[in-house]
Amino acid sequence: MARRPDSAQRLASRAVQIAFLAGVFVLWYCATNFWGVNHLLLPNPVAVFDQLVDVLKSGEYLPDLRVTATEFATAFVLATTTGMVVGFFVSLSRYWVRVFEPLFAGIYSIPIILFLPLYVLFFGLGPASKIGLGTTIAFFPIVLSTIAGFSNVDRTLVKAARSMGASNYQLFRYVLVPAALPVILTGLRMGFTVALLSILGSETIASLAGLGHHIVQLAEAMEMSRMFAYIVFVVAIATLLNVTVSYFEARGRRLG
Amino acid sequence: MSAGDVAIHVRNVGHQFGEAGEARSVRALADTSLDIARGELLCLIGPSGCGKSTLLNVIGGLLTPTNGNVQVAGKPVRGPMPHEIAYIFQENALFPWNTVDENVRLGMLFQGVPKTEHAGRARKSLEAVGLGEFADHYPGQLSGGMRQRAALARALSLQTGILLMDEPFGALDEQTRMILGEDLSVLLASTEKTIVFVTHSLGEAVFLADRVAVFSARPGTIKKIIKVDEPHPRKPDFVTSEKFTALRNELYALLHDEIRKAVSSEAPRGRNGGAKSGAA
Repeated sequence: MARRPDSAQRLASRAVQIAFLAGVFVLWYCATNFWGVNHLLLPNPVAVFDQLVDVLKSGEYLPDLRVTATEFATAFVLATTTGMVVGFFVSLSRYWVRVFEPLFAGIYSIPIILFLPLYVLFFGLGPASKIGLGTTIAFFPIVLSTIAGFSNVDRTLVKAARSMGASNYQLFRYVLVPAALPVILTGLRMGFTVALLSILGSETIASLAGLGHHIVQLAEAMEMSRMFAYIVFVVAIATLLNVTVSYFEARGRRLG
Repeated sequence: MSAGDVAIHVRNVGHQFGEAGEARSVRALADTSLDIARGELLCLIGPSGCGKSTLLNVIGGLLTPTNGNVQVAGKPVRGPMPHEIAYIFQENALFPWNTVDENVRLGMLFQGVPKTEHAGRARKSLEAVGLGEFADHYPGQLSGGMRQRAALARALSLQTGILLMDEPFGALDEQTRMILGEDLSVLLASTEKTIVFVTHSLGEAVFLADRVAVFSARPGTIKKIIKVDEPHPRKPDFVTSEKFTALRNELYALLHDEIRKAVSSEAPRGRNGGAKSGAA
């Protein structure tokens, strides 16, 4: 019985969300078509759509997409491995947790993107500096959630497993990992998001290639409708990735 | 009793949490000696913080005592002995991400039972505790009483000679406790297990135990051992017999003073303050 108003409410809020987006579109369309907003500041949505079709048809986005995707995948894999390994070993000792948890949490709270110029100096304008920055930024949520996940496992479960003769490996595989997994998955999703954000962001600031780089180039060439088309393209990819990751997170929670 | 009949030897066991002289150190258990006979059900009862759970942890090899030693099956206890001893905790000791059946099998996997025996032994022990139909449920889908039955099934499937139970019904309501106690008495009468059972409940102790060891307040040690001379399985009407009431009253009188002492010494610190650091 409680389900009905619940799903009705969800439907209603969905409708409001869609209406909001539609309203933005209508405003956008009116502003550029009837209210005389300069097309250099805000291109017409129809023109943007035409450009988007052109971009997708020509496949000219492929080299930049490949650069960004490679940077992102490398950074995320690096951050995940280092974050989870470091987090696990820190969680083994209460002392290390007391030392490193506040340290990592402190660094996590500062805007690491400010160090981009340093990364460019060290690693150059190419993908290496993006990978370095993305890895650093994604490392912190992952390491923090790994520490939290492993160090908050219910002691009774550990005692129970030990009393039944569990080896260290069995304790890890059958108790610690499933207990910590939901928390770690949250950290992975956060790391995923910030890695993507920081890589696209740093491409727009200092780079030689990549989707962020291309968007800035189009802006500097005043090709506003094509630039918007690229933005729509990147937003669509990011949304798709986030939905995929959230789906896997939910699945992992159920399995865990 | 002769040496062969003794399942568990406890010799001068004492335990202190934290270093001596430290502000946070607590002497939980004073010199305690005890012999537990094979096939006997012994209840440990006493005020909170009297060290009865500490003694159980020491017997189970989950805690190394500051002094003294325990022998099980003629061997000194130096760590968990999964082939001799199964342990049942107060609550939340089932793995919540596994079904009841998987929980039971996991115990056997840890203990080293050959895989081919897992299914049969799991089914048998789940049926013994009346959970045959709930094998595929997750612990979160069961009531507190059913969860403790599942934990009991997991322990039974390990086929150990000794069962240690640390307030297994402590978190349950009175009615559920009574039923579980009766079922336990029937179930255990058919096995030859040696059982050490920690409880707060006087009635539970008298109903289940062959002997009840009454602890003094902290630092706890055994003040007196009372024999309950009544064959297993105990009938529900044992509870209303005069023998039961007399034994219960005797226990109450023994405990009353100790509980007063424990309560008056409790004010400066939390009751579990010392237990955490030593639990690991």
